[in-house]
Amino acid sequence: MAFPHRPDAPELPDFSMLKRLARDQLIYLLEQLPGKKDLFIEADLMSPLDRIANVSILKQHEVDKLYKVENKPALSSSEQLCFLVRPRIKNMRYIASLVNADKLAGRTRKYKVIFSPQKFYACEMVLEEEGIYGDVSCDEWAFSLLPLDVDLLSMELPEFFRDYFLEGDQRWINTVAQALHLLSTLYGPFPNCYGIGRCAKMAYELWRNLEEEEDGETKGRRPEIGHIFLLDRDVDFVTALCSQVVYEGLVDDTFRIKCGSVDFGPEVTSSDKSLKVLLNAEDKVFNEIRNEHFSNVFGFLSQKARNLQAQYDRRRGMDIKQMKNFVSQELKGLKQEHRLLSLHIGACESIMKKKTKQDFQELIKTEHALLEGFNIRESTSYIEEHIDRQVSPIESLRLMCLLSITENGLIPKDYRSLKTQYLQSYGPEHLLTFSNLRRAGLLTEQAPGDTLTAVESKVSKLVTDKAAGKITDAFSSLAKRSNFRAISKKLNLIPRVDGEYDLKVPRDMAYVFSGAYVPLSCRIIEQVLERRSWQGLDEVVRLLNCSDFAFTDMTKEDKASSESLRLILVVFLGGCTFSEISALRFLGREKGKREQKGENWPALYMGNKVLAGCSGSCLQSQHSGRPRQADHLRLGVRD
Amino acid sequence: MMNRTKGDEEEYWNSSKFKAFTFDDEDDELSQLKESKRAVNSLRDFVDDDDDDDLERVSWSGEPVGSISWSIKETAGNSSSSHEGREQLKSRNSFSSYAQLPKPTSTYSLSSFFRGRTRPGSFQSLSDALSDTPAKSYAPELGRPKGEYRDYSNDWSPSDTVRRLRKGKVCSLERFRSLQDKLQLLEEAVSMHDGNVITAVLIFLKRTLSKEILFRELEVRQVALRHLIHFLKEIGDQKLLLDLFRFLDRTEELALSHYREHLNIQDPDKRKEFLKTCIGLPFSAEDSAHIQDHYTLLERQIIIEANDRHLESAGQTEIFRKHPRKASILNMPLVTTLFYSCFYHYTEAEGTFSSPVNLKKTFKIPDKQYVLTALAARAKLRAWNDVDALFTTKNWLGYTKKRAPIGFHRVVEILHKNNAPVQTCRDLKDRQQLLAYRSKVDKGSAEEEKIDALLSSSQIRWKN
Repeated sequence: MAFPHRPDAPELPDFSMLKRLARDQLIYLLEQLPGKKDLFIEADLMSPLDRIANVSILKQHEVDKLYKVENKPALSSSEQLCFLVRPRIKNMRYIASLVNADKLAGRTRKYKVIFSPQKFYACEMVLEEEGIYGDVSCDEWAFSLLPLDVDLLSMELPEFFRDYFLEGDQRWINTVAQALHLLSTLYGPFPNCYGIGRCAKMAYELWRNLEEEEDGETKGRRPEIGHIFLLDRDVDFVTALCSQVVYEGLVDDTFRIKCGSVDFGPEVTSSDKSLKVLLNAEDKVFNEIRNEHFSNVFGFLSQKARNLQAQYDRRRGMDIKQMKNFVSQELKGLKQEHRLLSLHIGACESIMKKKTKQDFQELIKTEHALLEGFNIRESTSYIEEHIDRQVSPIESLRLMCLLSITENGLIPKDYRSLKTQYLQSYGPEHLLTFSNLRRAGLLTEQAPGDTLTAVESKVSKLVTDKAAGKITDAFSSLAKRSNFRAISKKLNLIPRVDGEYDLKVPRDMAYVFSGAYVPLSCRIIEQVLERRSWQGLDEVVRLLNCSDFAFTDMTKEDKASSESLRLILVVFLGGCTFSEISALRFLGREKGKREQKGENWPALYMGNKVLAGCSGSCLQSQHSGRPRQADHLRLGVRD
Repeated sequence: MMNRTKGDEEEYWNSSKFKAFTFDDEDDELSQLKESKRAVNSLRDFVDDDDDDDLERVSWSGEPVGSISWSIKETAGNSSSSHEGREQLKSRNSFSSYAQLPKPTSTYSLSSFFRGRTRPGSFQSLSDALSDTPAKSYAPELGRPKGEYRDYSNDWSPSDTVRRLRKGKVCSLERFRSLQDKLQLLEEAVSMHDGNVITAVLIFLKRTLSKEILFRELEVRQVALRHLIHFLKEIGDQKLLLDLFRFLDRTEELALSHYREHLNIQDPDKRKEFLKTCIGLPFSAEDSAHIQDHYTLLERQIIIEANDRHLESAGQTEIFRKHPRKASILNMPLVTTLFYSCFYHYTEAEGTFSSPVNLKKTFKIPDKQYVLTALAARAKLRAWNDVDALFTTKNWLGYTKKRAPIGFHRVVEILHKNNAPVQTCRDLKDRQQLLAYRSKVDKGSAEEEKIDALLSSSQIRWKN
């Protein structure tokens, strides 16, 4: 379980415990409904469930048939129905329709609803209103952390982004606090805590409360993880909006990695069937290329292919005994490698084809220009043309958001004309999308000076007139400026490079964006960990609009052993991209090299959902509405 | 034109100093990749000969056999079929048939992940897990489902109550009857940050306070207010939501919220009527125009759709016979509608609703967008004369001139995609375009020769 590429890296905590715990708890809950039962599972929970249990485990606990929760009448004839769902209103209505149909037909069955990761009062209210409260028993399955890899945990909550950053609903903050509490219960207290963002601060406080209430549980335990860093996604939207160019990020943008696995279609598998492939450190080929810039991947794969060829060729000169050894000892490994190699070569080919077709180079060029802040006019025309040609609606939105955030909003004339063209190209109902993006602060119009003042004076009037201090965030997204240029300058996000940036031997985290940009989120983490505080970063924090929400807490430092101090858990509230994960892995490696004896920084990452940098799956359809960061972000925001 | 673009590109890459990584087909890297693929493929015969023990067993749908997702798809796929099918399904889903799976280890679902930790196919019982889990303290939570905690005690203070609510315990709020108590409860919930608890308190307040009082108190409590708004959206209490926006004087949100409802109306005529009611709502001036356009567009689409469906089924119109419609035009974006109209109704007089020129005028479609869309539609039909005419303008003296409001590399791309004849480019007298076109055709092809001949011809007066 050592860190990839890190001979000297500290041991990672054993996260399989989280899976075992979740599975045992599920079994316990199923046993609460003894006898044969049919299980209805929400689509979103199927993949996470697959990662911790399988059908035979369910069968052993008397689950007879499995159904997907969808808006169709159930054909189940079982006497007991069990529902495994996210706490969503539409699920309650679905269950109510089943139960009420049974009641009408004079049929009695037992019903059990298991909410994951927790139940909400709003759901119970719906059960009560529908007249089935009491007919249905409710339980919670606190499955809030799924280990996706040796160094990656996910809460698999795609709605977190939308609920919090768009609607301002704090319902998932308790879930985050519970997850952190579980981690500290299993892996010891975190001696050093850092955070930035309003949500991060609230989650931290709620978590602290929890720990105090259940005092004593973690006392005296040796910490396994030395640092924890909580970061709100809206501190850095820019990174999530950039096209990804490290291999894992590209695979995600192209094929969409869900719950740690990807569906490779026939074009990748070179056969007539699709293959669902787990992408993690156990895939030896993938593990070596996942963090590489795409341009290095071909060289690596062809080297591998040559080596493989050579190893197979060896059998030519073998005698019987050697051949026997070869077959019994090496062949299996070679075959496995062969299979993986051809899959990833297929994936690369498919990515190349797709990217060539869609003018990827032009797109990247535009993104870099936006990041560096030159040729804004030209970039705006590029976006316009993108829209006019009805190229991907998500990509067009992503570019507009990137333009908006890097420029502190679009100038009103551009905003109006891009919006009009967008509505004409992709449909007038996207009026709602624009309203959402504006509310989330992702796509705004530069306010002429006096407008802002008017709003501000209105706010301050309200504050003085009524309950003081309670309105502070009322107009937050209006008043908030992203200040990206100033932050970029302060933190050196655009590396000054003489000559060519060597992507094969990256010198900094910018390699994950072809050397053009250091991800803001990762730079903040790096700076704070180097100083062990926010000291000297006041100006940056102010520009990030986070003056009240940047915190550190290092109360228990003395107890930590130096070994455990080297592990860092980074929590992205609202999701993270694979590019950020690659950048943090790079950071960990570099720190290891630089400070041989001292600390180095293997990091773990945890997010509500691993976001794809740019593609969006979550928000996809306007009628169902979810987002992947940009995609996801993107998703979070559309209607 | 192309030269300029190219120059810009080089300048860009030089100025920004990082290596230009290209996804161009000709790239060395792709050929490297292709070579690797050949090498790997050449091994295939040798490798694929026998056992597939390391290959995952995958069903036709691509899910590993035995995984939960796979199993559910099987249920879904069969549930609508005959009784017989259901019987089969029953036996397939029974435990025994899963036990026959070749090797549980070959599905990645579980065992591969626990390799070395647990025995494949087995699972630890609850007690096992608890005894070797270092965090024994977690066990009580496991052992008692939270639903079983019930406490109707009346003595809890607001802060105790809120804390109990956070733990998911059932807790009566009925004793908080004075406004002051209710507000104190709300404030405790807000200060604890748990949105679920804030919503729980709001549900209680909504039930026990008049809406005027509730709205008035929430107006100065923004965090709680946002929770109420989200809650009302989720449960679909549109009426109260609109009342709330009205009370808060948030006219734009009010209008948008009303407009959003059109998404739930499937019938085109009803949707159109609904959109009509949106026109007078207090949108920003800019959005008002968009709403008006939305209404007009759907109105047009309904007329065009009825007309064309009739034409198509009558079978008398050549264009519909040669190119049957793939989908209805209802609820499509404006640009798609324009494309459709350029495809099926290009020559119609400006007076008809379905004519492209009429659409262009009604919706003030910019020239650039119009030409791009018309070009794509006419090129798709291989109507090269129309394509040529798109770039021809007459000035007031009656002289004709070639010009295009969009970049010629786009024109070339579209023409090339539709296999436009070289002649079309020649007629445009656009040397640069022809050069660009040359780069797209196969080397040594007849087209290339023709282009070379044209380029060297002294008969043509190139405009660039």
